[in-house]
Amino acid sequence: MKLNLKIWRQENATAKGKMVDYPVDGIDGDMSFLEMLDILNEQLVEKGEDTIQFDHDCREGICGSCSLQINGEPHGPDKLIATCQLHMRSFKDGDTIYIEPFRAKAFPVIKDLIVDRTAFDRIQQAWGYVSVNTSGNTVDANTIPIEKEKADESFNAATCIGCGACVAACKNASAMLFTSAKVSQYALLPQGRVEATERVQAMVRQMDEEGFGNCSNTGACEIECPKGISLENIARMNREYLAASVKG
Amino acid sequence: MGGFLNSTIARKFAMALSGLFLVLFLAQHFSINFISVFSKDVFNEVSHFMGTNFFVQALLQPILIFGVIFHFVMGFILEAKNRGARDIKYVKFAGNENSSWVSRNMIYSGLVILAFLGLHFYDFWFPEMIHKYIESHPEDAARYYDELVAKFQSPVRTILYVVSFVFLALHLYHGFSSSFQSVGWRNKYAKGLRGFTKAYAIIIPLGFIFIALFHYINNL
Ligand code: HEM
Ligand code: SF4
Ligand code: FES
Repeated sequence: MKLNLKIWRQENATAKGKMVDYPVDGIDGDMSFLEMLDILNEQLVEKGEDTIQFDHDCREGICGSCSLQINGEPHGPDKLIATCQLHMRSFKDGDTIYIEPFRAKAFPVIKDLIVDRTAFDRIQQAWGYVSVNTSGNTVDANTIPIEKEKADESFNAATCIGCGACVAACKNASAMLFTSAKVSQYALLPQGRVEATERVQAMVRQMDEEGFGNCSNTGACEIECPKGISLENIARMNREYLAASVKG
Repeated sequence: MGGFLNSTIARKFAMALSGLFLVLFLAQHFSINFISVFSKDVFNEVSHFMGTNFFVQALLQPILIFGVIFHFVMGFILEAKNRGARDIKYVKFAGNENSSWVSRNMIYSGLVILAFLGLHFYDFWFPEMIHKYIESHPEDAARYYDELVAKFQSPVRTILYVVSFVFLALHLYHGFSSSFQSVGWRNKYAKGLRGFTKAYAIIIPLGFIFIALFHYINNL
């Protein structure tokens, strides 16, 4: 299959980038999207040109590294997958494919298609954990009974891989889905309830400081999330936050 | 309070509350206007009550005006932050693949409503205030119906009202149900409520359109 790729090229964080056309040929439907880019990069190496930089690691949808805006959608046209799980059979011969970095002021471009998502790390570090005293008398978590539904919901929230597709999809570059998944995963469990008030306040404060937008409830994040994180988490975080504000 | 309204979640909470308040007001406004379709006398009576009752004029009216101003000012504040959150735009953005047009364009439907409110105040509110409080005309409990009908003799005004109500419907089609998500209210009842909000968003503006066209056509 023959494709016309339009790819964002940007020398470094401060350079002005632009879209560059790359025609490619001989692409097989069974190839993954990233393999297709690997092939293009090999050709660029042969020609002595600078290769296209993009993030990737596990290539099996679990690490959250891959992050491409493909034809205007994060992780491309298919649903419930990360970019690394996208196959070229989702495209047709002769297609034009736009490949851009995830765009948000809080996700500045480092080079080409790689963006800096440490804003997510800082939200996580704000209180995305349970404080446990590990001084030798740690209690086995399994001694605390937890309702099956709660455990399942918490688990589902915890499947967020922190890829940032929610931010990339949102017209406001809002990080509400990510942050709410992290808040919910603990808010649903008795272990997490202990610090629930401080946690939601600290994580939302950090989220705001990073410069992400507000939530307009468009639902784009839920549709594009490779892990199917539900908007219910955002409603829960709103509840948690408002309740925390009343408590002070 | 100022500190509370600095967070994105609190701002959206305030946005939702002011929006819900306006939705309630809209139902009340519609009920009274609708009376004009079938009874001139009852319409005059109710309008006279609303226009002269101390509680309505001195308490409810200022609250309403504050609610409207708060809502659109907060709308601008949210919009400014949202625009700033993506400083470099996508070359290609496939918004329709994951969200509805109305949900992404609340600011535009809102701006049309704001423009309409300007016209609406010019048409009814300012003349009413001047009539009552500046020129201090004697009470005339029978003037309201005729004033209303007189406005809808103009085809241009009638069209502007109809178009505005379409945008109001678009605004509410997303906004009314969205506000429940913003206040964190999402449970098994919220699902049923969603259907109600969508019906409300269509029926109430359609009702206003009907009233405007009714008076226009009735007096052709
Ligand atoms: C005066 C002009 C108006 C402007 C400029 C305006 C603007 C906006 C904007 C920008 C939003 C979206 C906020 C966001 O997505 O983050 C919004 C939401 C909303 N608006 Fe308006 N609006 C106006 C009038 C109205 C009126 C007259 C009503 C009701 C009768 C209304 C009801 C709502 C509701 C219920 C929401 C949803 C709040 C939420 O998402 O939580 N608005 N408005
Ligand atoms: S919520 Fe979904 S889209 Fe957002 S970071 Fe987590 S996995 Fe990615
Ligand atoms: S490379 Fe790990 S999720 Fe795609």
